[in-house]
Amino acid sequence: MDDLVAHPFFPILVLFCLAGIVVLALLLVAQKVGPKKMDPVKAEPFESGNPPRGDARIRFPVKFYLVAMLFLIFDLEAVFLYPWAILLRRLGTYGLVEMGIFLLIAAVGFLYAWKRGALDWE
Amino acid sequence: MRQFVDQLIQNGYFAGAPKELVYAGAMIVAALVVLSVFVAPLAGVTSWLERRVWARMQSRVGPNRVGPQGILQWLADGIKNLLKEDIIPASADKFLFSLAPYVVFVGFLSAFVVIPFGRELIVADLNIGILYLLAVTSVVVVGILMAGWSSNNKWSLLGGMRSAAQIVSYEIPAGLAVLTIVFVAGTLSTQGIIKGQGWAPWDWFLFYNPFTFVAFFLYFTAALAEGNRTPFDIPEAESELVAGYVTEYSGMRFLFFFFAEWGNLYVIGAVATILFLGGWHIPAIPALADQPILKGGLQFAVFFVKAYFWVFVAMWVRATLPRVRVDQLMSLCWKYMVPLSFVCVVGTAAWMLIWPQGNRPVSMAMFLLGVVILAMFSKRVGYQIRHARPVLYLRPYI
Repeated sequence: MDDLVAHPFFPILVLFCLAGIVVLALLLVAQKVGPKKMDPVKAEPFESGNPPRGDARIRFPVKFYLVAMLFLIFDLEAVFLYPWAILLRRLGTYGLVEMGIFLLIAAVGFLYAWKRGALDWE
Repeated sequence: MRQFVDQLIQNGYFAGAPKELVYAGAMIVAALVVLSVFVAPLAGVTSWLERRVWARMQSRVGPNRVGPQGILQWLADGIKNLLKEDIIPASADKFLFSLAPYVVFVGFLSAFVVIPFGRELIVADLNIGILYLLAVTSVVVVGILMAGWSSNNKWSLLGGMRSAAQIVSYEIPAGLAVLTIVFVAGTLSTQGIIKGQGWAPWDWFLFYNPFTFVAFFLYFTAALAEGNRTPFDIPEAESELVAGYVTEYSGMRFLFFFFAEWGNLYVIGAVATILFLGGWHIPAIPALADQPILKGGLQFAVFFVKAYFWVFVAMWVRATLPRVRVDQLMSLCWKYMVPLSFVCVVGTAAWMLIWPQGNRPVSMAMFLLGVVILAMFSKRVGYQIRHARPVLYLRPYI
């Protein structure tokens, strides 16, 4: 318990819990004081006034999947750069050249994705 | 925060209570104060101010009935939403549907752990501050995706997918723009980054070198896109998707999404202020040396004004620019902003090796360039205002 409170990340836990409690409390109040008049039409999904047709568990473009993959690759790469950025003053030219090679490989991958049309959205 | 509590204990308050308990209690009180005194009114007043600002820019009046100038409109809206029926569609995935507002709200509120209010005032000065900030603000995308999918509505699904694609894409330029400042500051702590700057504009990291100057605009654009703000608001484009991922939400649940959106505007401005605009630095005034409360208040005011200015700019952008198309949005990010931000990163890294202590003449030149750009922009705006015959929007009291 003492270790938990003394930990520098303890405030994060407090704020996480607090945010959850606030949302829960306000939702409970809203459920207590709000009207409850459900009917089948109200519970239908909204389709701009038309009777709903099928549900939304449909196929959607694979493009979104591709964007997610590109994000994974480049965001992980950006995260790798953070420790280097902090230590650059100590690493000096050696660090810059080493990371330059890493970035060059990443740039080749980026150009490949670009030329293959992964970045086009039609 | 911790030093402050230590001082209280030394002065004989909380005698007899275990120290850890006092720390935990102080932390909970601080978090509650931040939420109820700062974040909630801030998000609320921003929602009112945004409507007033748009209204004036479109020669309308805007909400002005509740309270003086309508400033209490946000309270009226909040109470109205509290009294509304809580509708969950029959075909929705009830668990995820109810969980989504929590995720969005937690992701938004946790950002305030590392946003400082002054030199001493910060909930916690984490050693990974800015990385933590990037991490928790992207938790919001999980909530949005949950909301979009669980509603079982085609509008929501499309809005949620678009939003996820947009937020994760713009995460990369934003992260790399932040990285340029990490090079210069050599730390991830938000207070550490601010302490590396000074009160004078030419000491700000914005003018440190040409690459950080570009990185600022990259960051601000990417942050607008991550906050789903116009011109990048295709996830909730009302003319095509009704309300995007919040279509099926009503009452309080709906409110939480928009609470987070307006609160996030301040987070965007605050991060820009921390990284590029010198944070809470004020000039050393001898008269303030022995008045810590006044000094702290002044630091908070300086930080708040800088951060809120960018909230105003975001409102201005929303009132001015049309929405971009989804393919334009994606190519802007991947084909222009990502390569440009890589150039900024490599450029700043090389710069740090050539001039490890910075280059004063270049900073001054960048500062002058900034002044010239601002002057030219103001001249344009002044010209437009004079020629628009602004009878309505220059009268403050309507």
